[in-house]
Amino acid sequence: MSLTRKSAAELGRLIASGETSAVEVAQAHLDRITSVEPKVKAFLHVDAETTLRQAREVDDRIARGEALGPLAGVPIAHKDVFTTVDMPTTAGSRILAGWRPPYDATITRRLREAGLVFLGKANMDEFAMGSSTENSAYGPTGNPWDVSRVAGGSSGGSAAAVAAYEAPLSTGTDTGGSIRQPAAVTGIVGMKPTYGGSSRYGVIAFASSLDTPGPFARNVLDAALLHEAFSGHDPYDATSIDAPVPPVVEAARQGDVAGLRVGVVKEFGGEGYQPGVVARFHETVEVLESLGAKVVEVSCPSFGYALPAYYLIAPSECSSNLARFDAMRYGMRVGDDGTRSAEEVMALTRAAGFGPEVKRRIMLGTYALSSGYYDAYYGQAQKVRTLIARDFEAAFHQVDVLISPTTPTTAFPIGERVDDPMAMYLADLCTIPTNLAGNAAISVPCGLADEDGLPVGLQIMAPVLGDDRCYRVGAAVERALAERWGGDLLSKAPAL
Amino acid sequence: MTETNTLMPYDEVLARFEPVLGIETHVELGTASKMFCGCPTGFGAAPNTQVCPVCLGLPGALPVANEQAIESTIRIGLALNCSIAEWCRFARKNYFYPDMPKNFQISQYDEPLCSEGYLDVEVGGKVFRVGIERVHLEEDTGKSTHVGGATGRIHGADYSIVDYNRAGIPLVEIVTKPIEGAGELAPEVAKAYATELRELMRALGVSDVRMEEGSMRCDVNVSLMPRGASEWGTRTETKNVNSLRSVERSVRHEMERQGAVLAAGGRIVQETRHFHEDTGATTSGRSKEEAQDYRYFPEPDLVPIAPAREWVEKFRVDLPELPRVKRARLMAEWAVSDLDMEAMHNAGAVELVDATVAAGAPAADARKWWMGELARRANESGTALADLSITPAQVARVTELVASGALNDKLARQVLEGVLAGEGTPDEVVAARGLQIVNDEGELSAIIDQVIADNADAADKVRSGKVAAVGALVGGVMKASRGKADAGRARELILEKLGVAG
Repeated sequence: MSLTRKSAAELGRLIASGETSAVEVAQAHLDRITSVEPKVKAFLHVDAETTLRQAREVDDRIARGEALGPLAGVPIAHKDVFTTVDMPTTAGSRILAGWRPPYDATITRRLREAGLVFLGKANMDEFAMGSSTENSAYGPTGNPWDVSRVAGGSSGGSAAAVAAYEAPLSTGTDTGGSIRQPAAVTGIVGMKPTYGGSSRYGVIAFASSLDTPGPFARNVLDAALLHEAFSGHDPYDATSIDAPVPPVVEAARQGDVAGLRVGVVKEFGGEGYQPGVVARFHETVEVLESLGAKVVEVSCPSFGYALPAYYLIAPSECSSNLARFDAMRYGMRVGDDGTRSAEEVMALTRAAGFGPEVKRRIMLGTYALSSGYYDAYYGQAQKVRTLIARDFEAAFHQVDVLISPTTPTTAFPIGERVDDPMAMYLADLCTIPTNLAGNAAISVPCGLADEDGLPVGLQIMAPVLGDDRCYRVGAAVERALAERWGGDLLSKAPAL
Repeated sequence: MTETNTLMPYDEVLARFEPVLGIETHVELGTASKMFCGCPTGFGAAPNTQVCPVCLGLPGALPVANEQAIESTIRIGLALNCSIAEWCRFARKNYFYPDMPKNFQISQYDEPLCSEGYLDVEVGGKVFRVGIERVHLEEDTGKSTHVGGATGRIHGADYSIVDYNRAGIPLVEIVTKPIEGAGELAPEVAKAYATELRELMRALGVSDVRMEEGSMRCDVNVSLMPRGASEWGTRTETKNVNSLRSVERSVRHEMERQGAVLAAGGRIVQETRHFHEDTGATTSGRSKEEAQDYRYFPEPDLVPIAPAREWVEKFRVDLPELPRVKRARLMAEWAVSDLDMEAMHNAGAVELVDATVAAGAPAADARKWWMGELARRANESGTALADLSITPAQVARVTELVASGALNDKLARQVLEGVLAGEGTPDEVVAARGLQIVNDEGELSAIIDQVIADNADAADKVRSGKVAAVGALVGGVMKASRGKADAGRARELILEKLGVAG
């Protein structure tokens, strides 16, 4: 089997035992990138020299007997929202074209220390605003199952890179579903950890109270290994939780759901849900029951208000977070011809540097925070947020995890929803409540929709710091379905 | 900015109007590191050398609150008799300006850390209570310098340069309640408040409160209400007043200017104004008639501040003696009058005298030197007393040398001059300049013999009983010894040599 088809765990073992080297593994993935990237367009930046230099350093460290983690030498792609000292970081925006950060994000720093090798920076919706990666200033990413369709978003590049075997692992960020939704539509695993469980330091902010970095992988155990590798309290992030990392790897190995209480969210279904998505979801519920889980229906009445609340809170925070892009200290600068004032240069730069969706959200947020409107919009949305957290709390008194389809539909064609923001926003209907409440959720593949043959994702939601439950249930579903399919779902994807 | 202010005589202003003041004071805390990152805070470093991703607002960087700054703010609040919030948050104040790296300032909005307190100040022996509305914590901005153009402001400048060393330094904002009923004393109350506040900060050890370096800055709000009226007038806000004296002058000037505007049937524009040290006048700045919308919202990158009650109570117990209480105690200990104490207070000498006494000097001597020779020199060079390059311990050493007879007052003044000129410690100056009193009897005797020989007329007068003429001879000895002789001993010896009983 080619090195690019192997799991991250397997690659880590082969490199540690000396059967292969980090350089060899990196080269295999760089070759794969060269061959499929013209179709997939998952990466914004690939620099083979930097990657191979990193790989050589890891091989040297291993040769010196340094104690590295289980993923030492394993390649990884980073969403272009994580700062990296040796690669540009643009957040998918023209306004940061070519920006070289002088510092590493906590997550990239920790992964470097753990010996992971960086393949490059993955495409994304500009400033993580979007559900299809079509809002990238650098063009859309194709879904490896059908490159005329979207790979989801905003972490579409990270998901596509893993699904196209360009990388065994990648990082993403999830603000309203930006890891889970692309994972679902590309047929891979994507996890949104508990808010505060993964450091935001060095992650270019979209909406600070919602942004959550997390892992992508082709299987549940790999995701858990990556999750564990970058987690732990970060003193540089005031919202980072100072508590032990949930035992995610152990849970992924265990994958046992006997006796577990599973709640099906009543509100997620019905109109707007693609029949093939609903069918695969129900089958998976039966699979869980056959594995000994007790499945009940649970009502979360406030979830219906999550989408509007999200579209007040996220734009409000982004309107403030993106104010720093003003052409004064870094990034693009437009109109500085010696005749214009600082304000004019700021305005011209922002007009030219931000794309339409980013501008739309900055304007929405600026309006929602204005004096006289604050209480009706931002204030009210925060109250909804409290109600949603209470719904989760009540639900987790009854059940151990909640499940739902990750997204109402499979991957839609590129271009289909670009002129209809509301249709685009619905892609995150099932994922947003978790961001508002700050708890953990994962998406694992649960089959292909009959009508289009495209992947469907199962979302498993757990309480705050109950991340291990997501992996436990995810691993159980993964194992049972692999038996049924005679292999993993991605093996059914057409060749690129 | 060309603008002529017509002024109304101060007495007339008071006859027709009642002033209402409000003072917002920003104090830079003296923490070792900045408010939300680990950068150092020292003043005077090369521009943009004390910066990092956080205080430069680089993409992805996040703030983490400085616990020491929160502690200092709570201590300030307690010293100002405020309630300390059990739970409060930082808020973002959004506006675009090139010296603000994130284009929002992390501040506090409707949940200040401290609120509802007061500070008693003394003017002319009368205690005046100034209400404190709130004390909150925020970050300072960078410092812009606008180059070219006539005004030194951003409009009309050729270009601007920004130093972000100051960006992110912890800043405490202390806001008074409206100060009413001060009447003619309003300018002095404003100054006394700023003075008292500055001393309080020093006593708490939370800031170096150097107004000339901007580590304490006052924004002074003034409005006039016609006597008999019940509604306050429109106020102006004079920004960044940076000396105690300017606080007083700016209030007086605004009262006189507003009085003239109102008497002429004009209206006061709600605006910020700039105070000019040279002319003592204020000029118009930015209009505040259209309130800027800062779109405040709770800072999502920081967790709420919830100071534990035991922690707060510990600070309350450990508060230092308040400056006004301390002055009352010292007045008794030093046996000085109200007026002397107020003079020392106004000259900023109380702490210095106290420290000099602590270093072993008698209170009267310490006061004499600080309020006399040293005050004179500070005045001449236009520096604050505390900024003279001499320490209380050095002043104490000088008083010790005088008491021991090693120096007289005239020599002591020369020693002080030497220390201020950077020639070293008092003992080093004495040695280097050869300022010991001549108490070698042989040397003194020789000088006296020479002086008697050179002034035969005067010597004869003394011999014939006109003892008063000895003064000329003593003067001659002092001159010949270049002031180093002990004048009393010289007189004794002269009389002895001339056979006259002293």
